[in-house]
Amino acid sequence: MNKPLRRIAVFCGLLVLALLIRDNWIQYVQADELRTDKNNRRVTIERYASPRGDIIVDGKPITGSAETSGSDFKFKRTYKNGPMWAPVTGYASQAFGATQLESIEDGILTGNDDRLFFRNTLDMLTGKKQEGGNVVTTLNAAAQKAAYNGLKKQGGKGAVVALEPSTGKILSLASYPSYDPSSFAGNSTTTDTDAWQKLQKKNNPNDPMLNRALRETYPPGSTFKVVTAAAALEDGLYTDPDGKTDSPDPWIMKGTTTKLPNEGNIPCKNATLRVALQYSCNTVFGKIGSDLGNDKMLDMAKKFGFDEEQFTPVRANASVFSDDMNPSETALSSIGQFNTAATPLQMAMVASAVANDGKLMKPYMVEELQARSVDTIERTEPEELSQPLSPENAQKLQSMMETVVDKGTGSNAKIPGVTVGGKTGTAQHGVDNSENPYAWFISYAKGEDGSAPVAVAVVVEDDNAVRDDISGGGLAAPIARNVMEAVLKSKQ
Amino acid sequence: MSGTNTSPTHHTSTIGAIGAPSRRNTELALLAFAVVIPVFAYANVGLALNDSVPPGLLSYGLGLGLLAGVGHLVVRKFAPYADPLMLPLATLLNGLGLVAIWRLDQSKRLSNYAEAAPRQLLYSAMGVALLAVVLIFLKDHRVLQRYTYISMAGALFLLILPLVPGLGANIYGAKIWIKIPGLGTLQPGEFAKIALAVFFAGYLMVKRDALALASRRFMGLYLPRGRDLGPILVVWVISILILVFETDLGTSLLFFGMFVIMLYVATERTSWIVFGLLMSAVGAVGVASFEPHIQTRVQAWLDPMREFELSRAGVQDGVVHSEQAMQALWAFGSGGTLGTGLGQGNSDLIGFAANSDFILATFGEELGLAGVMAILLLYGLIIERGVRTALAARDPFGKLLAIGLSGAFGLQVFVVAGGVMGLIPLTGMTLPFVAYGGSSVIANWALIGILLRISDTARRPAPAPAGNPDAEMTQVVRPS
Repeated sequence: MNKPLRRIAVFCGLLVLALLIRDNWIQYVQADELRTDKNNRRVTIERYASPRGDIIVDGKPITGSAETSGSDFKFKRTYKNGPMWAPVTGYASQAFGATQLESIEDGILTGNDDRLFFRNTLDMLTGKKQEGGNVVTTLNAAAQKAAYNGLKKQGGKGAVVALEPSTGKILSLASYPSYDPSSFAGNSTTTDTDAWQKLQKKNNPNDPMLNRALRETYPPGSTFKVVTAAAALEDGLYTDPDGKTDSPDPWIMKGTTTKLPNEGNIPCKNATLRVALQYSCNTVFGKIGSDLGNDKMLDMAKKFGFDEEQFTPVRANASVFSDDMNPSETALSSIGQFNTAATPLQMAMVASAVANDGKLMKPYMVEELQARSVDTIERTEPEELSQPLSPENAQKLQSMMETVVDKGTGSNAKIPGVTVGGKTGTAQHGVDNSENPYAWFISYAKGEDGSAPVAVAVVVEDDNAVRDDISGGGLAAPIARNVMEAVLKSKQ
Repeated sequence: MSGTNTSPTHHTSTIGAIGAPSRRNTELALLAFAVVIPVFAYANVGLALNDSVPPGLLSYGLGLGLLAGVGHLVVRKFAPYADPLMLPLATLLNGLGLVAIWRLDQSKRLSNYAEAAPRQLLYSAMGVALLAVVLIFLKDHRVLQRYTYISMAGALFLLILPLVPGLGANIYGAKIWIKIPGLGTLQPGEFAKIALAVFFAGYLMVKRDALALASRRFMGLYLPRGRDLGPILVVWVISILILVFETDLGTSLLFFGMFVIMLYVATERTSWIVFGLLMSAVGAVGVASFEPHIQTRVQAWLDPMREFELSRAGVQDGVVHSEQAMQALWAFGSGGTLGTGLGQGNSDLIGFAANSDFILATFGEELGLAGVMAILLLYGLIIERGVRTALAARDPFGKLLAIGLSGAFGLQVFVVAGGVMGLIPLTGMTLPFVAYGGSSVIANWALIGILLRISDTARRPAPAPAGNPDAEMTQVVRPS
């Protein structure tokens, strides 16, 4: 009987061996895969085990971390003045994940980024807990406040983007209505989920979580005439801002029998570029677009950044200037109608390029990434994106835009003792223009040395305002002025 | 058996060495380790969770020490030549199990389950008491031979209990529990395991010659006669019935496997193994083809991630989808080589049954690969001591009973550990000594008691030669 007993012993040994092999398989070979599986809750537990790094504006954090109770996620994100900064930060929620800057720089903020590996290893050896690093932004708190408060006071939907033309730094990025990312930063199935649900577009037609400054495109209306003027100057179609243009009024669009109308009784017949921009003549700029043709207009629009997504590093939607258009469509597009659509960031880039003597800088909002110990890990250097205009032509365009503010539709943006150039826009939308137009204003302000420290774009949609009241000059220009003033003041 | 005397190289496992050491002091020294290690582990959990030595440390240490002490004294008095390793091994596993159960009691996620550690300590005490009862009252294991058919009746009765309406409890699809009002639930299958081993041993000892010799040779295999197939068919049918009515693959596999092992040892015919494997394969596949509960278990084994997603999505399709299989794998994977340290893992994410069927995952996460391998080797050692006892036993009944019990123990460890680690489909079974569950702990202590009794008889120095030594020689039927 002992021979089979020994065989059974071997069999039992094989059973144990099989278990040992399987154990090595799941705890050694597959361990990393299992440990980092996205559904493995330990991954998220680890993620929230230590305070998240902060997003910093003007040397002060606009975010924080709070210890939670009753959850296995130890720390949750808090935001200071959340609604104002939400378009900059995005959100980082235990229940709903992270977006925008919070998501893009997640590695630095949680401390998991490879560039922190050496430091983390050092921390582990010295027994310290892993700490997240900080994201230092380019934003200007005063400008952001002016922008957000302006939109809030105005009350309708809208957005503001301010840039530093010489570098591309984003100084302000506001969207209204906004939301407080603190309200759903945790993972409570009651409070956090409720707050989240209430903010969703299907429950809230105002769509407060839409980042209008980067992710919404609007017909730019007359503000686009700056691009058209730039194309005319660069092409050489007209070289003198004060020379007469070949512009009949009324003008019948090429290939059609339709008259392109001007708003009101304004002196547009053969008007100079300066006058045409000052009064916002549709006929003059429509005809320029039509004369230059689709290709040249598209070329200039692309140089300003149209038809391409921008990464600030938060993605901004691509603005649109179509190709394959006939002359009349090109004419309409050249006055910012038809298919033309732009994000507020895009129009700020237009103003910024003109103000920066024709050089367009890549817009960015992250100045540098820091480890907790305030060591710099990465610094963003300003980068030239393109040169849509020669310096001479840019200066011509500047003088035209300054006339707009001085004597024309943009007079609400005047700042005493400061040179301001701008352009208003009132873009129609809806079927047969049934909906309220968008009020636009793009501008820049010059410092004492002649360089422009700020360019800004403001767009306001207002469901409540009386239609006639809406014009870029009336609704949007005052906000732009306040933002520019805030930047100028902080530079002093 | 005479067979043991033919091989002088295996003298350690054979009888006859007059004045063989009892090894009781070895056992006592090992028991000290078996108590101290869990006490340290217990303190470790408290320090990790609350930065303080847990207040219950003293009473826990004393409790475990008392159990070990009582066990040791009973063995010293009533089974002085018993195997010295089994008691320390069982005590160590029981102690570690208590630590893990207590650790899971502290979990906030599992706070809506009743505290289990104090009850488990009570069950362990009852288990050791039963071990004492076995050793004190069972002077000779051969007495059990008299109860061959009573054991069979008892085992069948225990197996049928969960199916009695009003008594049985369906917990997460398997019907292997009975509810005792006021006391909780009981798994009669754990006790049936021992009763069945007694029955098989008694039955096979009588029938083994007929089963072994009356056969035809075919393609190198000895094929049994048709009528000799009867018993294995009966056991097979009972196993299938368990599978169908109690929907428990594990218990079914365990009983059938135990029978095949004992049949093989009794008859030394490989053909029985082949038959056994074929029949269990046919049975398992056949039942799985119409039993949705078994199908779900197999699917969860093949693709635990899908089962996790179905469970998360709350899919209602008539069967219970559980994320536990995946959660257990994550626990093992997250533990890695050395584990997170006791008290610092998240194996409580497994939820229900984290401290019973899935308790190995807690060791996997918190003690890592190293800890789980150590625990598996502890089980391997218990099985090895059991097989050694079977080798050393002098009578065929003792041999069969010892190999049956240790084989069943080994199969149970394989089925439950393999299930939790995703090696085989998961079945509702408890890891002996470690997992929370009164029936399991008590029954396994009794199992150890019987093995200790057999090994005591086997290792006890032979009484002074008396009578006619030729009498023994005449019993030789066949060399082996």
